[in-house]
Amino acid sequence: MSLVQLDDLPLNSQARVRTIDWAAIPESEGHRLRSLGLEEGVEVEALHKGILLWRDPIAVRVGRMRIAMRRKVASAIFCELSK
Amino acid sequence: MSGTVPLVALVGNPNSGKSSLFNALTGARQKIANYPGVTVERKSGRTALPDGRPVELLDLPGAYSLQPDSLDEAVTRDVVLGKFAGQRRPDALVIVVDAGNLDNHLRFAIELIGQGLPVVIALNMVDLAERDGLEIDPTVLADELGVPVVSTVAVRKRGLERLLSMLSEVLSQSRPDEVDAPENRKQITDRAHRIAKRAIISETQGRQWTKRLDAILLHPVGGVAILLALLFVMFQAVYGWSEAPIGWIESGFSALTETINAQMPNGILRSFLTDGVIAGVGSVVVFLPQILILFLFILLLEATGYMTRAAFVMDRMMAAVGLSGHSFIPLLSSFACAIPGIMATRSIMDQKERLATILIAPLMTCSARLPVYTLIIGAFIPAQNIGPGIGMQGLVLFALYLFGIVGAMLAAAVIQRFVTQSRSSSFLIEMPRYQLPRPSDIALGLWQRAWVFLRRAGTIIFVATVILWALLSFPKVPVNSTQSQVEYSIAGRIADGIEPIIRPIGFNHDIALALIPAMAAREVAVSALGTAYAIDAEDEEQAAMSLGPQLAAKWSLATALAFLAWFIFAPQCISTIAVTRRETNGWKWPIFMVVYLFALAYAAAGITYWTAVSFGL
Repeated sequence: MSLVQLDDLPLNSQARVRTIDWAAIPESEGHRLRSLGLEEGVEVEALHKGILLWRDPIAVRVGRMRIAMRRKVASAIFCELSK
Repeated sequence: MSGTVPLVALVGNPNSGKSSLFNALTGARQKIANYPGVTVERKSGRTALPDGRPVELLDLPGAYSLQPDSLDEAVTRDVVLGKFAGQRRPDALVIVVDAGNLDNHLRFAIELIGQGLPVVIALNMVDLAERDGLEIDPTVLADELGVPVVSTVAVRKRGLERLLSMLSEVLSQSRPDEVDAPENRKQITDRAHRIAKRAIISETQGRQWTKRLDAILLHPVGGVAILLALLFVMFQAVYGWSEAPIGWIESGFSALTETINAQMPNGILRSFLTDGVIAGVGSVVVFLPQILILFLFILLLEATGYMTRAAFVMDRMMAAVGLSGHSFIPLLSSFACAIPGIMATRSIMDQKERLATILIAPLMTCSARLPVYTLIIGAFIPAQNIGPGIGMQGLVLFALYLFGIVGAMLAAAVIQRFVTQSRSSSFLIEMPRYQLPRPSDIALGLWQRAWVFLRRAGTIIFVATVILWALLSFPKVPVNSTQSQVEYSIAGRIADGIEPIIRPIGFNHDIALALIPAMAAREVAVSALGTAYAIDAEDEEQAAMSLGPQLAAKWSLATALAFLAWFIFAPQCISTIAVTRRETNGWKWPIFMVVYLFALAYAAAGITYWTAVSFGL
């Protein structure tokens, strides 16, 4: 099983979150991530990446919600691509 | 509940349509205040149950759970748990759940039901969920959760009667004695997902409006262009659309002055009414149309769901100065008024970023500066079109906004680097679905803003102009003196003391005079000039001349530009200083703010003046 970091997930491809490196995420952001429903097991889809020449921030569908986050946090979230 | 009106709190996630539901239930009969001790806005209102009994509704701040991330969410938790000093515990809850986001919103609902209060669930925005291809069975939800569930569409007032009759029922039931054993987060999440799965009867692709719009509005290049265009249109509209209503207000006040002049003998009372009250308050009320246009745009951006997209587009640029897209929303609100802007910083999780945002919020050109800008631009900048739909005056106004923004960004970079010493900012935000705003919600929001502004005009500004009128009118200049009344008055003598300090940056005696009362609120500078020139006018004809041309005749262009530059930075608003003190729990940061902003204002005005003079203006 090969895992992909959420910020490397190709646009419009779906995946399931397998593990999250909570230690790499500041506590307040980790808490908010959970509040927004981004936890192990949830289905995600990469929607948008970056603005102008930057590749930051990214927008992700989490379940039925859309969430915007920085790549730094996204890189601590590991997902498995759906077939 | 003996004798007292039952209290029902509306609770729900952000973006659940909770406030629309609150508006639909209470109409315009809302009371807006603060919770005791904190600056979180407390919105309450009354409505009647089907049996005629009144209930008091409380619109609690949106929250994701009872484990708060922010001050707003802490208020919600404390009120629901009955732990908020000075606020009685609600007798029942209406839990507002977005039908299109069941999995997530049910988690908070389950947590709330576990608190043992009588509960009705409003399954809100079912129309939007259907638009997105979701069909939900409310009876499954009611069975699984063990509480009544009512489908509602707040924006179309659908389901409200049933909601109220359910509420009436649960209020008459006795409170359940047994409270469910608290579940842990994982159990709640699993249960929410399980229930959502069962309650969703069918799921098709739907029309995916949000996805299609996001493809345009969050486009890496197009999205930026659209946001900039939108901001430009917004600021042009503030000018273009307000011309006619401003004319009506002006002619209303001048008709009032004429009536008073015709009816009353010349004397101290007539001078007080026309030169003091009408000239002072009138010259501020005249800006109501512009303030309302600005708030109209901000309310629309929020209600449609675009505001968080703007935060997305701006995030990377804000990151360059140590802020994030989170700061963008409070800063954009600060264009209307820094006070709601500073209060909106409570949604910023990072405390250092929050402090930096508070400190730069006054640099966003708030509506109180508009009277000053409008007056000076109207007097000194020709009303030419330099392109289709692009006026010279609008362009100068746009430039003033831009200077404020650039100044704020530089200040933020310095503050985050050296003052708060923040290492990095963060950005994490939910982007709601797009929706058409309900006109009556927007109208209600505008009415509330207009009321706040007029109340200010009727209190702070009224008092400030009356005091100023007195300072300007006494002592009376002797008949044979060569001095004018303004120079001879108390205010004139105070201004004499200030003048040497501001002379180097091109300011004259009139400006010194206007800056004194403008400490209370910036827009008073206009009424101060209005009052000063009305009193100084030698005859009726000159007094009738409007303020702008009088200034154009008396000030050099360099002085006018320096005056504008001053107002980009000067922290002249007692309310802002007060709210900063309250939000930062002490005097340290408001004092820091006042000192650095005055220093910037002085420098900016000086540089502007001497640059303009060297160009021969």
